[in-house]
Amino acid sequence: MKKVLEGSHAVSEAVKLARVRVVSAYPITPQTHIVEAISEACAEGSLDARFICVESEHSAMAAAIGASSGGVRTFTATSSQGLAYMHELLHWASGARLPIVMAEVNRALAPGWNIWMDQTDSLAQRDTGWIQLYCEDGQEVLDTTLMAFRLAEEVNLPVMVVLDAFFLSHTWEPVDVPDRESADRFLPAFFPRVVVDTANPCNMGQMSPPGVYMEMRHSVQMAMQMAGECLNETEDAFYRVFNRKYGRIEQHLCEDAEIVLVAAGTAVGVCREVVSGLREEGEKVGLLKIRLFRPFPSKIVSEVLKRARKVAVIDRNCSFGVGGIFAQEIKAALFNSDHRPGVYSYIAGLGGRDITPDTVREIYRITRNTEKPEPESVWIGLRPDE
Amino acid sequence: MKPFDIPQNDYMYSGHVGCPGCGAAIAMKFALKALGEKTIIVMPACCWGVMSGSHPQTALKVPILHTAFASGAAAASGLRAALDMRGDTETTVMTWAGDGGTFDIGFQALSGAVERNEDFIYACYDNEAYMNTGVQRSSATPAGARTTTTPGKDWKRTRKKNIVEALAAHRITYAATASIAFPEDMILKFKKAKSLKGGSRFIHIFASCPTGWRMPSEMSVKIARLAVRTNLFPLYEVEEGVRYTLNYTGDRPVKDYLKLQGRFAHLTDQDMDAIQKMVDEDWKQLQKKI
Repeated sequence: MKKVLEGSHAVSEAVKLARVRVVSAYPITPQTHIVEAISEACAEGSLDARFICVESEHSAMAAAIGASSGGVRTFTATSSQGLAYMHELLHWASGARLPIVMAEVNRALAPGWNIWMDQTDSLAQRDTGWIQLYCEDGQEVLDTTLMAFRLAEEVNLPVMVVLDAFFLSHTWEPVDVPDRESADRFLPAFFPRVVVDTANPCNMGQMSPPGVYMEMRHSVQMAMQMAGECLNETEDAFYRVFNRKYGRIEQHLCEDAEIVLVAAGTAVGVCREVVSGLREEGEKVGLLKIRLFRPFPSKIVSEVLKRARKVAVIDRNCSFGVGGIFAQEIKAALFNSDHRPGVYSYIAGLGGRDITPDTVREIYRITRNTEKPEPESVWIGLRPDE
Repeated sequence: MKPFDIPQNDYMYSGHVGCPGCGAAIAMKFALKALGEKTIIVMPACCWGVMSGSHPQTALKVPILHTAFASGAAAASGLRAALDMRGDTETTVMTWAGDGGTFDIGFQALSGAVERNEDFIYACYDNEAYMNTGVQRSSATPAGARTTTTPGKDWKRTRKKNIVEALAAHRITYAATASIAFPEDMILKFKKAKSLKGGSRFIHIFASCPTGWRMPSEMSVKIARLAVRTNLFPLYEVEEGVRYTLNYTGDRPVKDYLKLQGRFAHLTDQDMDAIQKMVDEDWKQLQKKI
């Protein structure tokens, strides 16, 4: 049924449909609407789950780890500082192979205090062993959240569903909300592979000396390597029930494109519009949307991009000392490719600054008119020195 | 207290990698005798995190879920919720943490869980410093003690944090102190804690550490007994944060306890008198509440 939903509530609706049993969360703007709606559902009985109002994000993830180890479907949500505070336990959740799903609303990190859109928070967690999926609109948020549970439980890795602060979390859009029966058909009840059980006492997460630790790490990497293919299968299953799919990436008008723009999150929507406009003007431009960031779909990314002459990557984040994080991944993906297009790295829209069609057009113009990429990321829209 | 039979069942295997004379090993043995096999232990980083065995071994016959240092009470909250949602209300969830994981880094999570009145037992085996990392001071280290981070003339001047009073201030369902030198008392308290299911329960166990306290391993139980007999570690219970029961009254001066341990060897008679004064003050405060 079509409903007009806030992006945050698209997450909450999916969590309800997923029949999550334990939710632990701590408030942080702009994530709070997600868990408020879930706690209301628990209170009114439309969701049969325990909602634990923990006293910090560190405890939110620790409680999620405890609950997931106890064998039930588990969810949490956070943003920015909260995600940074969880960092230690993000490693724990993946190392323990727990299928926790978390909604993460991309928000800037302090100082100075800034509650607006920025990707650095989630991208800084890229080495924690979490699958990361970036969403473009409200429908994709709902669908991805539902898919995330099935994917997580298939590969026994936690999944982070990432959505832009405000541009997505607080924006109301028409969203097709699946009915109960279809959701159950897509996502069956959770049967954990391993569970803490007094009938079968195990020592879980114990000391693991050099003789065994490396194999444990390798198992996480193996699961990650499988996750891309598992996402495809999950999407196929989703498509069979709901007739919608998104892919690990989406290529838009890339076949004959000389310049391909690369983006993730809501900036993709702006890029779509600009690409259409530029095409009408006769420009050979395409768009590559990155939805799956971890595991990074290097192979298909390089397949798509090797046909282009130039690639312009729009990063709403910065790894200080290197530059845009998506650009680094793209460069790494292309390095062993036979044909390597020039990778132009742009940083734009940090801390909630808008990425407008003009921003994207400027990025396109610079890319087209510059023979070789700059050695460092180019910052777009910086105010001139006053 | 009437004498009673200590349960014969043991939920600890004979092997573990604790130091000789480890008070924490004795504490675990008695706690599990009281709680029985339907118990899951949540274990943040602590000596027991190592003692319970390296992969793929275990020293216990009940499940252990290890968790990050600061998260003992939070992980237990989540596990309890999962068991409840699966319809298992019988199994006892017990966090088993050292003093660092309880008094210091895990205190926020503990306070949060107790304020929410999570249905679990939190047991802290207190060996009065970070022993697993090589004897660094914690907020459970008592006044007068030398540790590797309160060395030489900088031995610890401040008092030990009173964790039971801090939890009583949360109006916790049940809080009690226990000592490895008083096994019947400890087993009764764990049994009582188990029976008070429904709310948070906290047991603070005095667990001597021959390695960190610089004393012979065979002195472990004797020292623990002296801590109680000198009123330095009184045995008592608090229900709902207000109803106090004193289980033992000491009769010995605190220097009898201090003089047996290397960590206090530097103290002068004057220093020991000052510590005696602290103990007397605390004892008086406690008696007012009985």
